[in-house]
Amino acid sequence: MAEQVIPTKKMPPGLQVENVDDRIMTLNVGPQHPGSGHMRIIVKIDGDYIVDADPDPGYVHRGEEKMAESRNYITNIPHLERPVIHDSCNILYPYILGVEDLVGIEVPERAKYVRVIAAELNRCIYIQYWLAIYGIFLGHSTMFMWPTGDRELLIDLMEKITGARVTHAYFIPGGVRNDVPANFEDVCLRQVNYFEKRIKEYADIFYDNPILKARTEDTGVLSREDAIRLGTTGSVLRASGVDYDLRIKEPYDVYDELDVHTNVLKEGDSYARSKIPWLDMLESCNIIRQALEKMPKSGSIRKKLKPNPKGRNDEVYHRVESGRGSAGCHIISREKPEPYRLKLSVSSFRNLIALPYLLKGEKLGNMPAVYWSLNYWPVEADR
Amino acid sequence: MSTSETTPPPKEIPPPKAAPPEKTKPPVPAFEKSYVDQITNQFSDDVEVEYIKENRTRVNVKKEKIAEVAKFIKDNTPFDHAESVTGVDFPEDKEIGVIYHLGSYTDPTYSKQVLALATRVPREENPNPGNDSTKLQSLRDMFYSVEFHEREIFEMLGVYFEGHPDNRRLLLPEDWADLPPLRKDFKNRGR
Repeated sequence: MAEQVIPTKKMPPGLQVENVDDRIMTLNVGPQHPGSGHMRIIVKIDGDYIVDADPDPGYVHRGEEKMAESRNYITNIPHLERPVIHDSCNILYPYILGVEDLVGIEVPERAKYVRVIAAELNRCIYIQYWLAIYGIFLGHSTMFMWPTGDRELLIDLMEKITGARVTHAYFIPGGVRNDVPANFEDVCLRQVNYFEKRIKEYADIFYDNPILKARTEDTGVLSREDAIRLGTTGSVLRASGVDYDLRIKEPYDVYDELDVHTNVLKEGDSYARSKIPWLDMLESCNIIRQALEKMPKSGSIRKKLKPNPKGRNDEVYHRVESGRGSAGCHIISREKPEPYRLKLSVSSFRNLIALPYLLKGEKLGNMPAVYWSLNYWPVEADR
Repeated sequence: MSTSETTPPPKEIPPPKAAPPEKTKPPVPAFEKSYVDQITNQFSDDVEVEYIKENRTRVNVKKEKIAEVAKFIKDNTPFDHAESVTGVDFPEDKEIGVIYHLGSYTDPTYSKQVLALATRVPREENPNPGNDSTKLQSLRDMFYSVEFHEREIFEMLGVYFEGHPDNRRLLLPEDWADLPPLRKDFKNRGR
């Protein structure tokens, strides 16, 4: 045993000087490593096995919550979707529902359907992006190319609706910003049908692939009890056998009028966690088709809002099911045009707690399979 | 001349406005009330019901009792995880509020419910996070999922959580030497 350092000596912060064992090696994965995203994971390894993992988020912290306190309810819209630009409709959804609750405004029926369609399209766009990354980090470059290409179909569709490819800022309190173009229903139906046909092919190349199964099955198993105890959400939770989808459990807008099914798997391993979002995309196609059919063919798409609306003296907590899981927004309002305090309770931040738990005892080579299966988006977690 | 000096006729006093019709309060939802009553019956002196709305309830707790109430909720109601923890600065009251949002996965009848468990801790004018009176008992033993949320509140508002094993920085840079940034006296540059 090496001699202890003199206690009075001032050490640089973060330097580990106690309990240093030759067997244990500390590795910094990230924050510039492409395999970790904008996040650092400090892993301690004994040989090839991870004995400790400490996630260190915050490299893309932008202070969205602080910014929101000095902007009014309308100018808050564009920057609040920045945490997840690929899923911008869904991350904005709880905020918009909260503001509508606070200023007391009803949404026209047609706008609700347009919102649901936009949200489901955006969910597919997000999941395709995530799936591409998941594929490439498991060494499957075809799985990077295919979703990236098929994603363009829906991005074009969103561009037709909103005018922007990725950052839409489409939802506003009282409805949506602009109406869908003429003959949108036909174009959307055609694109979505083709998209569904394409993603079904992913099963052959990716999900039934024996190499993928060998790498992901039985790695990073999260039991049902632990998934609940850790408060995980979304695909992580449903892959561990908990049937909890806010579109069904707490339907918002018109989800209660649509026939929504949720996907639950019992295994709780990386394979199940990666399969749930893919099944969700197939379900999204069903929801879009139903919504297109039931949507009123004409009518108002937004209710006019007073300029610079003030919220009432109250607090609201709204949540929706985003592409990664529950996205919540807690707004405390004080009869001013700006929120007094706005808190985004995002699913990536909630699922992060499962990462050290899952990595302990895994082989280092399994780290990408476990990490990316958490459907984690670093920018969202940092806010 | 004389006309200009005449005093203008007294302004007609508008008839007193009819009192606005009394707003009938929406009925208190029974299901939500039932589980809030469980808590208030147990801790009648230490908790105060802020509101009971449809699917959303909030209970304010004295800060000394927060861990006790949380343990009671964990053991006696189906709430099994914390979804979100919000810290709010109230400089006028010289207090910092901490609000835990609890949800339930295990009981399907509770899947819509969110119980907000709120408390307030004293706020220091010149904060020294970790070494001043802004302290609260951690709920990590009861609701494990608050671990990272409490770390975030610690760095963003300076609330030290006693009993939390890991009160380190999470999102902020390691060399952050300013006020906790979500306090109201931390001003955004240019705003």
